[in-house]
Amino acid sequence: MTKKAEQGRTEGRAEERAEVGIKERTARQRMAKFFVAGPPLVFLTVFFVVPSLIMIATSFRFPGEFGGLAPIAAPVVSAHVSQGLEYGFTLEAYQFFFSDILYAKIFLKSFAVAAATTLICLVMAYPLALLISRSKKHLRNLMVLLVVLPFASNFLIRIYAWMIILGPESGLSYFINAVLGALGITPITLLFSPFAVLVGMVYVHLPFMVLPLYTNLEKHDPALLDAAQDLGATRWQRFWRVTWPLSLPGVFSGAALVFIPVLGMFAVPDILGGTGDILIGNLIKDQFLGTRDWPFGSVLAIMLTLAVLAIAGLAAWFARSAVGQRAT
Amino acid sequence: MSRSTRWLWSAAILAYAFLYIPLAIVVMYSFNDSRLNAEWVGFTLFWYEALLNNKEMLLAARNSLIIALSASFSATLLGTMAGLAIHRYKLKVLPVLVFTPVAMPEILLGVSLLLFFLQVLNLTLGMISIIIAHTTFCIGFVAVIVRARLQGMDESIFEAARDLGASPWQTFRLITLPLIMPAVVAGALMSFTLSIDDFVITFFTKGVGEPILPIQIYTMIKVAVTPEVNAVSTLLMLLTLIMIIIAGKLEARNMEAAGGEAGK
Amino acid sequence: MALLEIRDVTRHFGDYTAVDHVSISIEAGEFFTLLGPSGCGKTTLLRMIAGFDLPDSGQILLDGEDMVGTPPEKRPVHTVFQTYALFPHMTVADNIAFPLRMAGKPPQEIRARVTEALDDVRLPSFANRFPHELSGGQKQRVALARGLVNRPRLLLLDEPLGALDAKLREEMQIELINLQKEIGITFVFVTHAQDEALALSHRIAVMNRGNVEQIDEPSKIYGFPRNRFVADFIGKISMMDAQVMEAAPSHLKLDIGELGEVITAGKEGVKPGDKGVMAIRPEQVRISHPSNGAQLKNHFLGTVHDFLYIGDVTTYIVELSNGTHIEALLPNSAPGRATFFEVGDLVGVSWRHDAGIFLHD
Repeated sequence: MTKKAEQGRTEGRAEERAEVGIKERTARQRMAKFFVAGPPLVFLTVFFVVPSLIMIATSFRFPGEFGGLAPIAAPVVSAHVSQGLEYGFTLEAYQFFFSDILYAKIFLKSFAVAAATTLICLVMAYPLALLISRSKKHLRNLMVLLVVLPFASNFLIRIYAWMIILGPESGLSYFINAVLGALGITPITLLFSPFAVLVGMVYVHLPFMVLPLYTNLEKHDPALLDAAQDLGATRWQRFWRVTWPLSLPGVFSGAALVFIPVLGMFAVPDILGGTGDILIGNLIKDQFLGTRDWPFGSVLAIMLTLAVLAIAGLAAWFARSAVGQRAT
Repeated sequence: MSRSTRWLWSAAILAYAFLYIPLAIVVMYSFNDSRLNAEWVGFTLFWYEALLNNKEMLLAARNSLIIALSASFSATLLGTMAGLAIHRYKLKVLPVLVFTPVAMPEILLGVSLLLFFLQVLNLTLGMISIIIAHTTFCIGFVAVIVRARLQGMDESIFEAARDLGASPWQTFRLITLPLIMPAVVAGALMSFTLSIDDFVITFFTKGVGEPILPIQIYTMIKVAVTPEVNAVSTLLMLLTLIMIIIAGKLEARNMEAAGGEAGK
Repeated sequence: MALLEIRDVTRHFGDYTAVDHVSISIEAGEFFTLLGPSGCGKTTLLRMIAGFDLPDSGQILLDGEDMVGTPPEKRPVHTVFQTYALFPHMTVADNIAFPLRMAGKPPQEIRARVTEALDDVRLPSFANRFPHELSGGQKQRVALARGLVNRPRLLLLDEPLGALDAKLREEMQIELINLQKEIGITFVFVTHAQDEALALSHRIAVMNRGNVEQIDEPSKIYGFPRNRFVADFIGKISMMDAQVMEAAPSHLKLDIGELGEVITAGKEGVKPGDKGVMAIRPEQVRISHPSNGAQLKNHFLGTVHDFLYIGDVTTYIVELSNGTHIEALLPNSAPGRATFFEVGDLVGVSWRHDAGIFLHD
C-alpha cells in the first residue's frame, strides 16, 4: 500500500519534471526563433511596411502650398478656407486621376511598352536558353555567365551605351539615313524616340527572361524528345508539342520578371525617350521630384502597385494552370 | 551540327552580340582621342586623367563605396537571418516582407521611403537614408541565395549534429555557418554590386548634399555627355568583373572544401 | 530493468496518428528492429527516441529515466541516418571526432579513439578524405563509426542500408551483426525490408499504422505470425478462408469451403466455430503428381495456373478445386529449370499437419 503510494508520487514527480523540461525546450526554441527572425522582421516592418502605409495615407491628403503636404489640421481652425488651402483627408487626388483621360492613356501606353518588351525578350531569349540547356555541362555555366555579365555592369551605363549607338553622329544613324536618303525618304532620328525606349528596355531586361527559361529548359528530360521522335513527331512537332508546353512555367515567370520592372521604369524613357515618351514611372517621378504633388504621386504609385499585383497574380495563375495541365 | 542546332547557334550569337556590342563601344570610346562619340580618332588616356582630376567624381566614388559597403554589410547580416528563419520556421509574414521589395518595381520602394524619411523621421536625406534604402531591397537577394543553399542541403545533417552532442548554438557555429558561408559571401558580393549600381532608389532617397556615383553619371549623361562617362563606365565594368571573378573563385574553393555534396 | 522502455507512446500530426499507444521495452545488448511499411510510424518512433520529436502522451524511459525534458544532444543516444548525414565540410576523421569533441574529451583521447573507430569499420587509411570522396558503403561505415565512437547507450539506425545496392547490402548486414556483437551496444534498427530484419535482429517489432502488431524473435515472426498483417507483410504466404471445427492443444481441424478438412498446428485461444484464414508458406507446400499420396491428410488436387522461374527455385501457383490459389516452391536442384509441371497440368498439393497456421479475422 505504502509502496504503491510512493511509486505513484515518484511517477508524479517525474511527470512534473518532464513537463518543466518540455516548457524549457519550447521556450528555448521560441527564443532562438525570436533572435533569428526578429531583426529582419523589425527592420522590414519599419522600412518597408510603415513607408508603404504612409504612402497610402499620403494619397488621401491635400498637397501643400509649396509642394509636399498640407498639414492634417489647420494652424487656425477657422481660417483654412480663406487661405485657399485645404486640410484633413480627401479623395481629391483619386478624383483627379480618374477625371483626366491622359493618365489612363499613359497607363495603357506603359502596359503596351511592357508587353512589347516582354514579347521581344521572349523571342530573343528562347533560342538562347534552349541552346544553353542543350549544351555540354561545362559550356553551360560559361554561357549563362556571359548572359549575366553585362547585367552586372552599371544600369545607367547600359542605357547610355545606346545613346551612343542610336545618337545622330553614330555609324548606325548615318547608315540608315544614307539608305533612306537614297530611297528619297526624309532622314529620321533614332534617339529620343519610342523605338529607342523599346531597345533600351529590351537590353536592360533580357537576362531576366533568359535565366528562368534556362532553369526550366535545363530540367527537361532529353529522353522525352527522343520518345517523341521515336513516336514519329517531326522537329517542329517536337518543339510545339513537347518543349514549348513544358517550358510554359519558365515563360510565365520570365514574363513577370520583365513585365513588372518595365511597368515602373522611368530611367530608360528619361534617357532614351523624347518628351512624348512618358510612362507611369516618369509621371510618378515628376510628382515627387518635379511638381512635388505628393498626394497625386502616391495615387499613381498605388495604381502602379495594383497593376503589378494583378500582373503577378495572373502570371502565377497561368504558370500554375500550365503545370496543372502537364500533370493531368 | 544539325539544322536546328545551327539555327539556334545563329540566334544565340545574335543575342550575345546584342548584349556585348554596346558595352564594347563604351569601352572603345573611353580611349578615343575625340570629344564626340562619333568616329575613332586615336588612342588616348586623357579621359582617365580627366577623371582622376575630377574632385566631385572622386568624392562620389568614395561616397558610393561607403554606401555599398555599409548597405551590403547590414543586408548580408539581416538577409542571412531572414533566409535561415524562413527556411527553418514556418513563417507567414516574414517571407512576404523579404521578397516583395525585390519583386516590386524599384520606384515604389523609392517613393515610399522618400515619403517616410521626410514625413516620419524628418531625416535630412543623405548617406544614411540611402544606406537604409539599399539595405531594404538587398535583404531579399541575400535571403534568396541563403535559403536556396539551405534548401539544397540534407536536413538530417543538422539533426545529426544535435544527435552527436552539439547544442543548438554549436550546431549553428560548427555546421550551419560554415556550410552556408559560400551563400553568405555570394549574397554580400551581390548586395555590394546592387548597391553601387542602384540608380532608381538612390535617386529618390539621395537628398541634395553629397554626390553619389550613379547620380553623378546620370547628370553627366543628361546634361553634358563627355567621354569621361565612358572612362567611368569602363572602370565600373572592370570593378564588377573583378567582383564576379572573386565570387567565382570563392565559390569554387568553398565547393571544394564543402565537398560537392553541400552544393547539390 | 529494460534499457529502453517505451510506455504507451502516442504521437499525432494533425488528424493523423503516426504512433498509437505503443509500448516496447528493449534490453541492453539487443539488436532490436522496428519493421513496417512506410508510414507505419517506425521513423516517428525513432525520432522520439532520439529526441527530435516529443510524444503527445506516454513516456520514453532510458535506464528508467524519462527522456522528455532531455534535448537530443544530452541523450546518450546516437543515430545513423538514412542519408548518412556526414558533415560535408569535415574530413572523415573530423566527422568521427565530432561527438568526442562535443563531449569535451581531451585531444589525445580523441585521436586514439578516432583511429580505433576507423579500424573497427575497416577504413584505417581514410582519415583525411572528405565525404564526397567516399563510396556509398564507405560513407555508411563512417556514419556507423561516428555513431559508435562515443559509446552511446543506444544506437539508432534509420534504414541505413536502404541506399546500397543488393550485394553491398548483404556485406554490410554481416558487418553490422559482427560490429554489434563486438561492441555490445544496443541497436535499434528501422527498416521496411523484411529480409533485412529477419537476418539481423534478435527481436523484431512489426508495426502497422502506428500500432505494434507483434514483437518476437525472427523465427517466431516468420513461423508464427500473430495476425494477417504480419503473415502477409513478412515473406510470402497463401491464405484461404477457414472455420474451426475442432480445437485441440496439439492441432486444429479447419473447414475450408468446398475443399474439405485441413489439419493445422494447435494454437491457444482458438475455439470451435471461430472464423478466419488458414495460412501456409510456399516452401511448406509440396507439389506432386496427382496420384501420389492421395490418401494423406492435407492433400488436395489442383491445376497449375502459372509458374515463375526465379533461378534457385520455381514458384508454382496452383488453382485448387474451390478456385483459390496456393503457392508452392520447388527447388531447382538440377541444372536448368526442373520442368516437372506445365500450365494446365493436374497436380496434387499437400503439407505437413503442423505447417498451416490459423489466423483470426
